[in-house]
Amino acid sequence: MRVALFLTCVNDTLYPDTGRAVVNLLTRLGVDIDFPMGQTCCGQAHYNTGYRHEAEPLARKFSDVFGEYDAIVTPSGSCGAMVRELYPRMGERARAEGRGDGLAAALAPVVPKTYELTEFLVDVLGVTDVGAYYPHTVTYHPTCHGLRSLGLGDRPYQLLMAVKGLDLKELPGAQECCGFGGTFAVKNSDVSAAMGEDKVRNAGSTGADVLCAADNSCLMHLGGTMSRLHTAMRPVHIAEILASTEEEPLS
Amino acid sequence: MSGTFVGMPAFPKAAHEAVGNTTLRANLRHATHTIRDKRAKAVAELDDWALLREAGKQIKDHTLRHLDTYLVQLEETVTAAGGTVHWAADADEANRIVTHLVKETGECEVVKVKSMATQEIGLNEALEEAGIAAYETDLAELIVQLGHDRPSHILVPAIHRNRGEIRDIFTKEMGEWGRPAPEGLTDTPAELAEAARLHLREKFLRAKVGISGANFMVAETGTLVVVESEGNGRMCLTLPETLISVVGIEKIIPTWRDLEVFLQTLPRSSTAERMNPYTSMWTGTTDTDGPRAFHLVLIDNGRTDTLADEVGRQALRCIRCSACLNVCPVYERAGGHAYGSVYPGPIGAILSPQLRGTASEIDASLPYASSLCGACYEVCPVAIDIPEVLVHLRERVVQGGPATRQGNRVVLKPAKGHAAERAAMRAAGWAFVHPGALRAGQRMASRTRRFHPRTLPGPGRAWSATRDLPQVPAEPFRDWWQRTHGKKESGK
Amino acid sequence: MSSRDIILGRVRRALGEAPRGDAQTSYETAVDRQYRSEHGSRTTEETVDLLAENLADYRAIVHRCQDEEALPYLITRLLAARGPQYVLVPPGLPPEWMSAADPTRVHDRAVSTTHDLDKAGSVVTGCAVAVAETGTIVLDGSPDQGRRRITLIPDHHICVVRVPDQVVSSVPQALERLDPTRPLTWISGPSATSDIELDRVEGVHGPRTLEVVLVSGE
Repeated sequence: MRVALFLTCVNDTLYPDTGRAVVNLLTRLGVDIDFPMGQTCCGQAHYNTGYRHEAEPLARKFSDVFGEYDAIVTPSGSCGAMVRELYPRMGERARAEGRGDGLAAALAPVVPKTYELTEFLVDVLGVTDVGAYYPHTVTYHPTCHGLRSLGLGDRPYQLLMAVKGLDLKELPGAQECCGFGGTFAVKNSDVSAAMGEDKVRNAGSTGADVLCAADNSCLMHLGGTMSRLHTAMRPVHIAEILASTEEEPLS
Repeated sequence: MSGTFVGMPAFPKAAHEAVGNTTLRANLRHATHTIRDKRAKAVAELDDWALLREAGKQIKDHTLRHLDTYLVQLEETVTAAGGTVHWAADADEANRIVTHLVKETGECEVVKVKSMATQEIGLNEALEEAGIAAYETDLAELIVQLGHDRPSHILVPAIHRNRGEIRDIFTKEMGEWGRPAPEGLTDTPAELAEAARLHLREKFLRAKVGISGANFMVAETGTLVVVESEGNGRMCLTLPETLISVVGIEKIIPTWRDLEVFLQTLPRSSTAERMNPYTSMWTGTTDTDGPRAFHLVLIDNGRTDTLADEVGRQALRCIRCSACLNVCPVYERAGGHAYGSVYPGPIGAILSPQLRGTASEIDASLPYASSLCGACYEVCPVAIDIPEVLVHLRERVVQGGPATRQGNRVVLKPAKGHAAERAAMRAAGWAFVHPGALRAGQRMASRTRRFHPRTLPGPGRAWSATRDLPQVPAEPFRDWWQRTHGKKESGK
Repeated sequence: MSSRDIILGRVRRALGEAPRGDAQTSYETAVDRQYRSEHGSRTTEETVDLLAENLADYRAIVHRCQDEEALPYLITRLLAARGPQYVLVPPGLPPEWMSAADPTRVHDRAVSTTHDLDKAGSVVTGCAVAVAETGTIVLDGSPDQGRRRITLIPDHHICVVRVPDQVVSSVPQALERLDPTRPLTWISGPSATSDIELDRVEGVHGPRTLEVVLVSGE
């Protein structure tokens, strides 16, 4: 099976550790993973801000770069949802605008092959115990697109519960949005910040020292809020926890 | 729509005030969280909820697809049952019709059942101008009316008020409108409800004209349905001699049987009850029971424009349950007033810019009043994909394009104030189809990382005012990959 | 051009040129009605129990009466406990139901004003159907139920439900039994409001006390 890592532009630029963690984790599990250098951005920010037409070339590019792989794995719920949920919709809209089936046909191949990391682990590889070791108290925030668009369900919890040494604490109000929301964080910064502060407060109430999620964009917002509020808690992507072992602990 | 909200500032500005108001935040948090949990429980009792939701969606979609047929059928059945049907293309026309009907009775006061449609058209203000006093009889509407306030929630328009504030409003204002509040009124909800009962009773017993909306209109039978809790609806629908119902054209359902879906999904979604205390159903007029004259005023007021939009028309499925408001994290913090419309919350953010157009500052900002978290879509009992419509309307705001206004096809220009963003999006789009450019940018960011400020100037301040920026890593992932795995042929 | 024509024209233009077919024909296949006609399977007796449970859950006071002979005594007792001077009765209420009652009966007449009716403290009626799953009684204006206003103005409503005949499990089953041409009132507990902090308070404008008598037997 030819597996491609779709890291996302945010992770590539700002969170290379997450990318290295996915590579280490999947390599440890026997997956031969490739990082196609032509990859850039899925177009989510454009699409969600109202620039659907500007997102179309990015989607085509995505399909072009990843189309030949058997599986496309991404450590981002929202970018995964962009491909799986919104690429088909972009195709439909183009058709409704009288632009034919071209876009839909171009995007169709990548849609069913794109997996969010925890889905790939649990559904494709069939593992929940990935042999990780992470001796910390952790609370998990199920990000909105992972939760509601992709329906990740309890997959991330199964994976975390199997991690040796990890003490998982239930997050109050877990299903509530953290307030990131892409350009929402800037366009409606007051409400976004208020949501972020409430999420950080809820996470703090668990006594955990790590707030884990499967999406770094949400963690960037929450981490920035934590640091501004001087909380002791730190944000960690689930891939980094799952990649951590007794031999090579997460630094 | 109503002129009440003209000149509202854009959503972010209005929300800024609300976010800083700790009383309001606490009131909203308490109320929305209470109802949220109860709704989840009430819905979980029905193991066929998903099927009911899908059926509700299908009934509404089918009706919208044949709306002309069903409107004509409804007109026939209501007329045959003794009612009179009027058609109003916009708010002004609806107000003129209702004012005329009230004047014909010779009365100068009316009692009103809570109705979104009459709020939308600003009927109370129109009646007042004509010298007719309109008394709101729903408890929350009464609180809003006595408090010279605006509604902030579809189901509970006074949700922004706590019990202490309500006590103060009753004590101060009830005497101005009729029977004063009892001496020594406390802030217990039961006593406040009792005060409203006493205050309104004399109005109900002498009322000659009632005005209502309707939750459903059954085309097949001509039956109108009003779902309520307090009994004020029953009072207004049965005691007066004349009943005038003002209803949006999208409230039609084809058959009597279709009620079996909505009478299960609406109460559980709105008040989180198995069934609301009172549901009234009437078909035209009945000898000796209830009003002798019944007028139905069907209003368009932007609905057909909404219908013309293939993506946006799903907003017309809405049954006004307000479940989307109650789960919305943005509504919870910004409050209902920030939406500048009688329709607040997620549904308001897709309804107002469609009914009113996106020309005003507030309407152009509403599609952005969401983090697209999808909680609204998840609870919607008619499966309106609110995030989908929000994004669609964002596109209309920033890119313009075809739309329908007052029945005419128009091509909208992109809204002002998005030029810089548009340019940035285009530039980013270009960089993202040229990985070399992206890589150059990443490297530049990495090399200069020691000089990055903790806070940003200009529009970036909106981020850095409350959040620190992430530190830019020493090298982007792709450089690490190139160094460590570069020998391997890496795709394209 | 009338507003009627304007609106219908706008609707037709909004829906576009594509053929839509006939509304009635497409209605047959438009809706997937796989949802349940009732939730769970119960014996008749269990359905009546569920009705009683759900009525009580929304603060209706439920009484069981095993035998119709005993009904007049139960009604008398309930009225006596309440002590109204006048009791409203619909024209077709079985006379034997009130045969043991003391208070002055006020018969609702077409000329009765709302203020006349306001003097009555209680009202006694039958019902058209009761819905177990939701704890609802439905009145349809039949002679034993009377005009809608008589069950609205008094503060105390005693409603007699014949079980199991008048009880259905679910909302879909209730709609099947009802005649849409009659004025219908669905009642689930006494009037209530959640308008203050979304906290439910029973008793606003309609009867603040609802007593439901489930009478069984021939």
